[in-house]
Amino acid sequence: MRVERALPTREASDLLDLVQTLVNREIAPRAAVDEERAAFPRDLFTRLGRAGLLGLPYPADYGGGGQPYEVYLQVVEELARGWLAVGLGVSVHTLACFPLAGYGAPDLREALLGDLIGGELLGAYCLSEADSGSDAAAMATTATPVDGGYLVNGTKAWTTHGGVADFYTLFARTGGSGPGARGISCLHVPASTEGVSAAPPERKMGMASSPTASVRFDAARVDGTALIGERNRGFGIALAALDSGRLGIAACAVGVAQAAMDIAVDYARERRQFDRPISEFQGVGFLLADMATQVEAARELYLAAARRRDLGQPFGARAAMAKLFASDTAMRVTTDAVQVLGGAGYTRDHPAERLMREAKALQIVEGTNQIQRMVINRHLDDRG
Amino acid sequence: MNIVVLVKQVPDTATERKLTSDDKTLDRAASDGVINELDEYAIEEGLLLKEKHGGEVTILTMGPEQATDSIRKALSMGADKAVHVSDEALHGSDALQSAYALSRALGRIEFDLVVLGSESTDARTGVMGAALAEYLGVPQLTLADKVDVDGQAIKVQRLTDYGYDVVEAELPAVVSVVEKINEPRYPSFKLIMQAKKKPVEKLTIADAEIDAARVGLANATTETVDVAPAPPRAAGTIVKDEGEGGVKIAEFLAEKKFV
Ligand SMILES: Cc1cc2nc3c(=O)[nH]c(=O)nc-3n(C[C@H](O)[C@H](O)[C@H](O)COP(=O)(O)OP(=O)(O)OC[C@H]3O[C@@H](n4cnc5c(N)ncnc54)[C@H](O)[C@@H]3O)c2cc1C
Ligand SMILES: Cc1cc2nc3c(=O)[nH]c(=O)nc-3n(C[C@H](O)[C@H](O)[C@H](O)COP(=O)(O)OP(=O)(O)OC[C@H]3O[C@@H](n4cnc5c(N)ncnc54)[C@H](O)[C@@H]3O)c2cc1C
Repeated sequence: MRVERALPTREASDLLDLVQTLVNREIAPRAAVDEERAAFPRDLFTRLGRAGLLGLPYPADYGGGGQPYEVYLQVVEELARGWLAVGLGVSVHTLACFPLAGYGAPDLREALLGDLIGGELLGAYCLSEADSGSDAAAMATTATPVDGGYLVNGTKAWTTHGGVADFYTLFARTGGSGPGARGISCLHVPASTEGVSAAPPERKMGMASSPTASVRFDAARVDGTALIGERNRGFGIALAALDSGRLGIAACAVGVAQAAMDIAVDYARERRQFDRPISEFQGVGFLLADMATQVEAARELYLAAARRRDLGQPFGARAAMAKLFASDTAMRVTTDAVQVLGGAGYTRDHPAERLMREAKALQIVEGTNQIQRMVINRHLDDRG
Repeated sequence: MNIVVLVKQVPDTATERKLTSDDKTLDRAASDGVINELDEYAIEEGLLLKEKHGGEVTILTMGPEQATDSIRKALSMGADKAVHVSDEALHGSDALQSAYALSRALGRIEFDLVVLGSESTDARTGVMGAALAEYLGVPQLTLADKVDVDGQAIKVQRLTDYGYDVVEAELPAVVSVVEKINEPRYPSFKLIMQAKKKPVEKLTIADAEIDAARVGLANATTETVDVAPAPPRAAGTIVKDEGEGGVKIAEFLAEKKFV
């Protein structure tokens, strides 16, 4: 089924047109080959930066696009429909810019934000560690206050864009009354900082083109001005960033699901068995109908959460619901797409199996789907 | 240097194109309109020339209301302003009438150079450049794959079957381009935002002083008598290579006058 979007402005529909053109001509045609080679498409991010697509939800005063989440997320969805590594990359970059845009001191914002959201720099978000994943507040990395700055020591795990990013938005212990959420601060660390290095990327089951790597901080020194927000109050920033970031993951999931559904529908109309297209068998047709329904529902759920965010209403629980539902949908729809393609679906000559491998990551990143349920459960007695 | 780029909105070649059954004209409502592909190259060339020599790029389009989408796209690639000739009376105009009408609109714009695609993907007559130059009384340089402007002199490399000709003329002139000429740029979101504020002048045939008796289906110099869908491709010839496959293919190509 064709995606019908209700966009709030004419420039938003022109923006989506541009993104669709970029996806169809420049992004989607490369996905299969580059994923097979595990090649990171840095040039595409440069291109997106030049087209003004790396800072869409941030203020125009700083070079951003000044777009509501409702519009920004549909751009992410389209990108992910073409290639998850690109859609997720834009979402993670946006996440990495979130602390500076929302909490950065005016001087730091003035100095950096333009390059981050209006330029071609690529960001990464360093929260998880080997021993603190779901329990992120148990992190061990330290940023010890020293004369006029901080000395960072520790290793962050699972960093998307680790080793290829231009800057890291880092969460580390600055002392305070830890362990636990208190005593964690948020810092802006340029990748060129001495003592910062990345391990070789993880060998993942999918999304090989989106490098995920450990980033090591070995007595890496940053200036005092690198601090984003209040010292020892960084964990709240991390959680706020994730509330918004989860919407990006939900949008990515809808893009992947849509791509899988499109493939399944096209194939089912062409493939003939028992003298007719397989789409004419109820067993296949109902599968396709369920796919379409779930994709549509997932899209509306993330858009509903986005509109609450755009209106300044609480949206965290709905963002968690959207992430949970959309990524489960992506998993189911991609699995069913492989089924619709039969033996062909199980081969690497068709994109369905790749989408299935990619979908799995979305049930894990930015809080596993178990953690999303925890978040939703916590909000059952408030406005969400 | 003031450059006018002609932009025609055509049905998306990726979707099925339909003719209306009653008057055998294109059913423009039935499919998404896009910028005629070669016109994207014309816009790019206009922008490149502007970047080099200064001046302004004006988009000129003749077409129904929905052509505004293509105009906005052209503006978001970087053109400065647009003129949109839109009038019910123009419906069904043939190539000559279209050239006449566009020449009238051009009469209201100061220009040194008119750039257009060498052919549209819907009507494909490929005569617009030549017809327009006649109406305007200026030189035509067609099928350009390279354009150089030096003061009032323009020189183009004209693509031919056997190589290319180098053609020179004085400005003002009309240049039609082929796709080899450049690589059209994508819009950026910043330009999309700016495009909203760029002036688009709407002209009726009265505004453009186009004679109603010289345009429209009823006055067309040509008439579409009948239309039929393209026949499906006939099955190809299969050459089995039993040692002399090469010879057989050469014979086939010679028979079809390809070699
Ligand atoms: C492709 C990819 C990209 C990533 N990118 C980034 C990034 O850019 N930045 C970053 O900081 N991190 C990133 N991560 C890390 C990701 O956020 C973590 O993997 C995730 O939060 C889970 O942590 P963990 O892997 O340590 O699993 P664990 O926390 O060890 O969880 C293991 C299992 O236990 C379950 N579990 C844990 N606690 C509970 C509980 N309380 N109740 C019920 N079940 C529970 C989990 O749901 C899971 O099923 C990325 C991960 C992947 C796979
Ligand atoms: C299916 C179909 C059949 C037709 N058959 C005939 C026919 O047999 N005889 C006939 O005389 N006419 C015919 N027409 C009418 C034809 O659409 C017009 O004559 C058309 O406006 C100009 O011709 P073209 O598109 O072939 O121009 P071309 O010369 O192929 O186009 C060259 C360039 O001219 C410019 N241009 C053309 N039209 C416009 C415009 N409206 N606004 C701005 N720039 C423009 C564009 O830059 C384009 O790239 C037909 C139209 C259709 C859709």
